[in-house]
Amino acid sequence: MKLPNVRKIDLRATLIYWMFAGIFLFFAILLHDDGFLQSNNLLNIFRQTATITVMAVAMTFVISAAEIDLSIGGVAGLTSVVCALMLRDYGLIQGILGGLAIGLIVGSLNGLLVSRVGIPSFLVTLGMQGVAIGFAALITDYHPVPILNDTFNTIFGSGTIGWFPGLLVWSFTAVVIGWITLTKTTFGRRVLATGGNRDAAEFNGINTKNVKFKVMLISSLVASIAGLLYAGRLQTGRYEWGAGDELSAIAAVILGGTSLFGGSGTIVGTFFGALLVGLINNGLILAGLPVSQQQIIRGMIIILAVALAKKK
Amino acid sequence: MSSNFNVVEMIDISKSFFGVKVLDEVSFSVAPGEIHALAGENGAGKSTLMKILQGVYSMDSGEIQIAGSKVLIDSFQAARKHGIGMVFQEFSLVPELSVAQNIFLDREHKNRFGLFDEKETISKSKAVMEEIGLSIDVTAKVSTLGRAYQQLTEIAKAIAGDAKILILDEPTASLAKEEVDSLFKVLKQLTLRGVSIVYISHRMDEIYQICDRITILRDGKKIAVSALADITPQQIIAHITGRKDVEMLTHEGKSVERSSVPIFEGNGIKVGNRVNNVSFKLFPGEILGLAGLMGSGRTELVRAIFGMDKKDEGVIKINGSKVSIKSPRDAMANGIAFIPEDRRRQGLVMEHTVKQNILSANLSSLSHKSFLNFSKINSVVDHAIANFEVRPAEANREVRLFSGGNQQKVVIAKWMATNPKIVLMDEPTVGVDIGTKVEIMKLVRSIAAEGKSVILISSELPELLGVCDRILVIRKGEIAEELERKEVRDEDHLQMIVQGIRI
Repeated sequence: MKLPNVRKIDLRATLIYWMFAGIFLFFAILLHDDGFLQSNNLLNIFRQTATITVMAVAMTFVISAAEIDLSIGGVAGLTSVVCALMLRDYGLIQGILGGLAIGLIVGSLNGLLVSRVGIPSFLVTLGMQGVAIGFAALITDYHPVPILNDTFNTIFGSGTIGWFPGLLVWSFTAVVIGWITLTKTTFGRRVLATGGNRDAAEFNGINTKNVKFKVMLISSLVASIAGLLYAGRLQTGRYEWGAGDELSAIAAVILGGTSLFGGSGTIVGTFFGALLVGLINNGLILAGLPVSQQQIIRGMIIILAVALAKKK
Repeated sequence: MSSNFNVVEMIDISKSFFGVKVLDEVSFSVAPGEIHALAGENGAGKSTLMKILQGVYSMDSGEIQIAGSKVLIDSFQAARKHGIGMVFQEFSLVPELSVAQNIFLDREHKNRFGLFDEKETISKSKAVMEEIGLSIDVTAKVSTLGRAYQQLTEIAKAIAGDAKILILDEPTASLAKEEVDSLFKVLKQLTLRGVSIVYISHRMDEIYQICDRITILRDGKKIAVSALADITPQQIIAHITGRKDVEMLTHEGKSVERSSVPIFEGNGIKVGNRVNNVSFKLFPGEILGLAGLMGSGRTELVRAIFGMDKKDEGVIKINGSKVSIKSPRDAMANGIAFIPEDRRRQGLVMEHTVKQNILSANLSSLSHKSFLNFSKINSVVDHAIANFEVRPAEANREVRLFSGGNQQKVVIAKWMATNPKIVLMDEPTVGVDIGTKVEIMKLVRSIAAEGKSVILISSELPELLGVCDRILVIRKGEIAEELERKEVRDEDHLQMIVQGIRI
C-alpha cells in the first residue's frame, strides 16, 4: 500500500488560479485587438458574472454538504416575474419582499423534501426547477413584465458607487459573507462535517437534517436575490431569466476546488471559478463566435477544467 | 472418487502490513467434505488468511495448493476459478432482483437472441436449490426475504458458481435460532456433495455442533489443529487466549463508591428485538464492561443510550433525575460521549484535519455567538494532541494520513475535550497495534481516575479484565450475568461465561 501524496492535493487546491491566469493570458494575447484588456471590458466581465457569483457562493454550501440545487435558475426567473408584478401593482417594498418570499417558499420546500422526506436533492430540485419556470411562464403568459421603478433598477442593476458598479457590490458582499460563514462560524463547520461524513457528524451531535434544510433554504433565498439582480439589470421580469444558471454556478463551484462529494469547500475558489466562467463567455463573444460555437466550446472547456480539478 | 489430497493446502503463509507481521508461517488445510472451524481473537490473522485465499491480499511468502496442485491466486476472479466461494458478511446480493437473477448474476443465461433467458435462469436456480435441499421461491425479490434466506441465497449463488470451498465468516451473527438450524442443515447437505467449508466463528457451541476440525490462530501464528472430538472447549479457549500482555491484564484493584446516587441508571431499555429489558446502574468513577459475542446487542444498547437509535421502551436517569435522550445532541447535553465502533465511518471525517475533527464535536464550547474562537480552538487542539500523544503532532494534517492507533487517539481526544461525565466506548482498540492498545487502556483508567464513568464494550476479554470494576455479560439482548471484577478468576473463566458454558 502506498501512502497518499500530500503535494498533489495542494496542486489541486490551487489549480483554479493557474487555469484562471492561463486562460486570461490566452485571451489577452489572442483578443488584444478586440479590446479584451480595456478596463470597460474587464468591468463587464465582473458585471456579467455578478449573478452567477452570488448563486455560486450559496451553491458552495450546498455542494459542501453533499447536496445539489438545480432549481436556482428557475427560482431566479420566478422571482424576477413575481417581483416585477408586485412592484407594478403594490410598490417597491412589496415587490422586493414578494421576490424574496419566492426564495423562502421554494427553499423551505426543497429543504423539507430533502432533509425530512429524504428524497435526493438532485430529484427534488430538478422537479422544482420545472415547477418554478412553468409557474413564472403561467402567471405572465410568457410575456416580459417591464419594471419602471428607477430606485429598484438602480439598487439591483445599473447603479454605481462612483465608478464602481453596484452589481459588484452585491457579488463582493456575497463572497465576503460566504467566506466568513464557511470559515469562521460554527455553521460552516457543521456544513463541512455533514458533507464530509454524515454518520460521523451525527455522532458529533450535529443535527445533519437541520444543516441540509438550511443549505437548501439559503440556496433558494440567494437565488431569489439573484433574480432581483436580473430584474434590476434587465429592467424586466421574465420567466427565462436565470435559465441554465444552475450549471454555470455548479461549474464555478467545482472549478474553484470544492469537492463534488462534499466535505470541503472554498469560497475564494468559487469566486475565481465564477470569474473564469464569465471570462470564457466574454472571450468567446469578443472572438465573434456564433452562439452555437460558443456553447460547444464553453461546454468542452468546463468539462475539461472540471476533469483537471477532480484529478488527484 | 475420493482423492488423497486436501482441497485446500496453505503452506507456511506469511504476510506483513507496514512491517508488522500479521501472519507468520501459517499452514492451514481443509479436507474434502469437511467443515473446518477457524478460530482466534480479533486480529489473530483469521481474516487476513482467508483474504489471501480469496485473492484479496497477496502473500509475502508461502504456497497455496488446490486439490494437490500449486496455484497462483492473485485476484478474486482467480479464486473463483479455483472454486473458492465467499459468503459475505455484508451480503453481495442486489435487493431489487429476484433470487434466481441474483444466483446467476454475471453469468446470466442468454437465449439465441442474446437476451436474458428468464425461464432457463429460473429452472437452473430451482435445480440448485433442490440440490442443497432448500425451498425458496426463486422468483421472489431478495429484498422480501429475511436475513437468513438472503444468506442461503448467497450460498446458493456460490454453489451455482461451482464453488468447492465455501468461506463463511460469522454467518450466524444476525440470525435467529431456527434460522441457524436451517443454515446448518444446508451446510451439512453441502458437505455430502463434497463441498468443504471454512467456518469462522466465535461461538463455541456452534463450532461443536457443526465442525469436524478446528485450527486456532493467535497473534499471526498457528497454535493448534485438532479434530473437535479430541479437544475440550476449555482447551480451545486456552489456545485462543494464550498468555497476555501482563501490564494490560493486571487489574489495579480500586474500590468504587456505590452507595451514592448513580451517575447513570437505565431501566427496562428495549430496542427492537436486539435489546430486551436491560437495566443497570453506573456510578461515578466506575468502569463498567459490556461483554458478549458479536450480535449480542451490546452495540445496539450503547447506541440507544447515546440517542443514535430509538428506544422502544425504557427510562434513563442521570444523577437520579429522569432525562429524555432522543438524539446524540440530547446525550451530549447530558454529559455523555460516545467513541463508536467504526472510527473511519462513524468517528472521523477522514479528509478533514485533526483540528477540524476535534472542533466538530466541540462547536458550542469553542465559539462565541456562533463565531469560531480560533485562539481557543488552537490551544484546546494543541493541548489534546499533547495530552493524548497523537503522533505526528500536526494539527493541520488530514486524519486519513495517520495510523489507526493515532486516529483512535484523535477520536478519544475529541470526545474528552467535550468534558463528558459518562464515556461510552465501543471496541476502542480494534485495528490498533499492541502498544497503542496498552496506551488506550491506560487512558481509560485515567479517565475514570478523574471521576468520570466509562462503559466499555470489548471483544478482547483481557482488556475488560484489565480495567473494569464490574462486567455485564450480554447474551441475546439481555443481561445474562452481572459480575464484580474480583468474581472473575481469569480470561478463560470470563470466556466460559460469555459463551454460556456451565462449569
